[in-house]
Amino acid sequence: MSPVDAAPPATALDPEREARLALTWATPPGLWGWLTTVDPKEIGKRYVATGLVFFVLGGLLALLMRTQLARPESGLISPDRYNQIFSMHGTTMMFLFAVPIMEAMAVYLVPLVVGARTMAFPRLNAFSYWVYLAGGVMIYVAFLLNIAPEAGWTGYTPLSGPEYSPGKRTDIWAQMVTFTEVAALAAAASTATTILKLRAPGMTLARMPLFAWAMLVTAFMIMLAMPAVMLATSFLISDRLVGTHFFNAPEGGDNLLYQHLFWFFGHPEVYIIFLPGLGMVSEITQTFSRRTTFGYPLLVLALLAIGFLAFGLWVHHMFTTGLPHMGNSFYTAASMTIALPSGIQIFCWIATMWDGKPRFQTPLLFVVGFIITFVLGGLSGVMLASVPLDTQVHDTYFVVAHFHYVLIGGAVFPLLGGIFYWFPKVFGRMPNETAGKWSFWLIFLGFHVAFFPMHLLGLWGMPRRVYTYPSEMGWADMNLLSTAGSLVLATGVGVYLLNLAISWRRGRPAGPNPWQAGGLEWATSSPPPPHNFGYTPFVEGRQPLWTSGPHLPLMDGLSLDHREVLLTTVSDAAPDVREGSPGPTLWPLLTGLATTALFVGSIFNEWLIVWLSIPVTLCVVGWFWPKPSHTSKVGAPERTPPGALA
Amino acid sequence: MNGALRGLVLLAALTLAACHGPQNILDPAGKQAQDIDVVWRTMLVVCGLMYLLVMAFLGSALWRARRKPSDDALPIQSRTAAEGVLDRTLTGWIGLIVTGLIVLVSVSFLVDRSLADVGPDPLRIKVTANQWWWDVEYQGQGPSERVLTANELRLPVGRPAVVELHANDVIHSFWVPNLSGKTDLIPGRVNFITLTPTRTGAFRGQCAEFCGLEHAKMAFDVQVTSPQEFEAWRRSQLARAADPTGPLEIQGKQIFNGKACAMCHRVQGTDAGAGIGPDLTHLKSRATIAAGTLPNTRGDLQAWVADPQGVKPGTTMPRVPLTASELNAVVAYLETLR
Repeated sequence: MSPVDAAPPATALDPEREARLALTWATPPGLWGWLTTVDPKEIGKRYVATGLVFFVLGGLLALLMRTQLARPESGLISPDRYNQIFSMHGTTMMFLFAVPIMEAMAVYLVPLVVGARTMAFPRLNAFSYWVYLAGGVMIYVAFLLNIAPEAGWTGYTPLSGPEYSPGKRTDIWAQMVTFTEVAALAAAASTATTILKLRAPGMTLARMPLFAWAMLVTAFMIMLAMPAVMLATSFLISDRLVGTHFFNAPEGGDNLLYQHLFWFFGHPEVYIIFLPGLGMVSEITQTFSRRTTFGYPLLVLALLAIGFLAFGLWVHHMFTTGLPHMGNSFYTAASMTIALPSGIQIFCWIATMWDGKPRFQTPLLFVVGFIITFVLGGLSGVMLASVPLDTQVHDTYFVVAHFHYVLIGGAVFPLLGGIFYWFPKVFGRMPNETAGKWSFWLIFLGFHVAFFPMHLLGLWGMPRRVYTYPSEMGWADMNLLSTAGSLVLATGVGVYLLNLAISWRRGRPAGPNPWQAGGLEWATSSPPPPHNFGYTPFVEGRQPLWTSGPHLPLMDGLSLDHREVLLTTVSDAAPDVREGSPGPTLWPLLTGLATTALFVGSIFNEWLIVWLSIPVTLCVVGWFWPKPSHTSKVGAPERTPPGALA
Repeated sequence: MNGALRGLVLLAALTLAACHGPQNILDPAGKQAQDIDVVWRTMLVVCGLMYLLVMAFLGSALWRARRKPSDDALPIQSRTAAEGVLDRTLTGWIGLIVTGLIVLVSVSFLVDRSLADVGPDPLRIKVTANQWWWDVEYQGQGPSERVLTANELRLPVGRPAVVELHANDVIHSFWVPNLSGKTDLIPGRVNFITLTPTRTGAFRGQCAEFCGLEHAKMAFDVQVTSPQEFEAWRRSQLARAADPTGPLEIQGKQIFNGKACAMCHRVQGTDAGAGIGPDLTHLKSRATIAAGTLPNTRGDLQAWVADPQGVKPGTTMPRVPLTASELNAVVAYLETLR
């Protein structure tokens, strides 16, 4: 690894100009700045940090469950508490950790990766964070007050309906889903627009980094999948609150409708979680293999194919509900088809390493761990796609093993690798490599000891979501082994997070490009200045810093004294328009608070939906109130000569 | 290799698992479970081979990396000599995946079709799931041939049984892994599952869809016997409950019918005729009580009647206040229900 690169990055050669830009794009100091910032880097950092907090909370809940299951007939946790714990674990990991943290990585990284000054809708990102935070805080406050959900993260009706889940537990769960969906949709709209319209000139679709591709597909999947679950939970809430009968069978409702709506979201959700991971894997593999990715077009097509196919196989979660055999067979074939793009991707990554000059530092170790783990999870997924076999292993610990292999192996390993990889960019300091390797091995080995035995438990007949089991079933040894593994895994996560916490203040200074990577995010200083890039980079290849070397071409033409971004055309990324970008504002926070009041209020009284929509409306009006903006000034060509090449 | 090792461990473990427990996918004792076992074995072989191939490729990539000096080398950006080989390998890999998928989809489809085939002269059983127990009804020729029982299934070996699945409250799932896969019981819908046991023995079924507080303690016993034994059992179940003869048992019956017990339970041939809880007419002919939670011994029965909420917190059976002698009498009466 090269020592600290003391030279300023190519995009920041002129100190006086840098200072002017930094002043224009700066977040105000102090609490006011913290509340009003629209800088995606600030929002991204707190978004990721909040996601990690929920990851730790969800992990602690998992340890409680593992402790309870370590021996048969354990009386440590009451059934009611246990049911709340596993519901909270699933809800936390899916809605408060996995999807938000992937969006958060995009909020921080996408502008840097595509060479833009900020995101397309900076205020929307801020709003997204506040709403997400409110939803997460609400459900954990409910958990402490013993009113946490108890019907699983899937909230199947009629168990979650008014008759079998009295009280407010399920309402809080359903509204928390609404919170996170609103947050995810806001972030997705911003991400997709940024990737399509704010790419640096020259970054055609054919040169777009795979991380950006992955986030683009993910953003569109969020926009298509999330409305289905919002519909499901909104129907559920109205069944519970105002006595509709969407899911009430005696009154003509249908419980399978809930499952269809839920899984039409729920299955794409899995890919929403792990496609960003695939993007991170691609970037890490390329950088540490010292070779451009093998089969870039195939990898892009695979991402698109997975994004498309993901919407055609939700029924494989419902093979035991008695749907017609012929229809089920279609979903068997559709589900198995996913193996093809996945298999191609795996091949391309290994081929990149095989033909490159890999350096096995922590991020690449996580990629190798990802391949070993994720492929196994993918193959057990092929098994689950078969209707007959699924009727046996569905809702057993085999499934628990499977989805932890694909979600931890397929999304968390890449995420941990990705955070380690981009950490020096974000904080300007290197994480400790020795501690990184230790954390990898503890996490990797702990994971397999914790989750591999669950395959066997499922085959030996252990259903999931049971708070205990009789000793004569013969499940005790494997459960104990699994619990031991989970402790090792938790230790590994502890080492990993401690490493980040210490390196944040004490790490070795990183310099702009410590890994000698090829992407645009490494063409600016670490941490990046508020405006990201002093000059707009011009992209000549898929890895601009590798292709152009030290002579990365730069463009000028954006205002130094007003917030301006350069819009480019969708496919060719040709410079198109200069557009103003909003500065710090309190409106996203106020709108978030008003939305929170509306969502929380609607749990208790349906009329609050009406009354509390008034403050939301007022906030949105304030947000969009026309301002005497710089956009009119931008029109004056003599002030900002366009398109001058540096 | 790591993967190869894990594959071997898996295979070894599965061999060990072949005779493990009365609730085991890997020990099929029915036609349906055997058919599904074929899918499982095919999957294990095909997917296992694919996994070994991926791990071998990954291993060779790691192995090659050891020999290459990498530091400060310029990144490779142009087309390399190895790319032709990689391209051809990738084509082969895609072909292999497609072939594997075709094999797996075909096997899966054929087995699914065979599962839909019921077979001749099936036994008709209706199972209704409740939070958290199973109501079982054998539908014979007319009401006089109807057998009511709970939390147990008796099946004659070799004869298909079509189980009609209902749910009274929330969604449950009917699952006897040794005999077949699972099928959900959904309020407002009727599902069917066919079981054709191929060998006699005692097996265990369990609810497999989370159904609330005591989902973990919602099991049932399955006894597969010879057709003769099954017929004898069926005949005995058709009989009404015998009148108790001992004074303690008679007192127990009076308490049972006079207190809350009779408000939920049915004992055919007596005043207790409610259908809210399990039918108790032949309680003592069953292997377990409280939906597979406790063995059916006198001591366990006493513990259960004395404090249901202690055994199964949240169960719909309330704690009926009984003195020690009343409890003793009730249990003595229940012991006569054979």
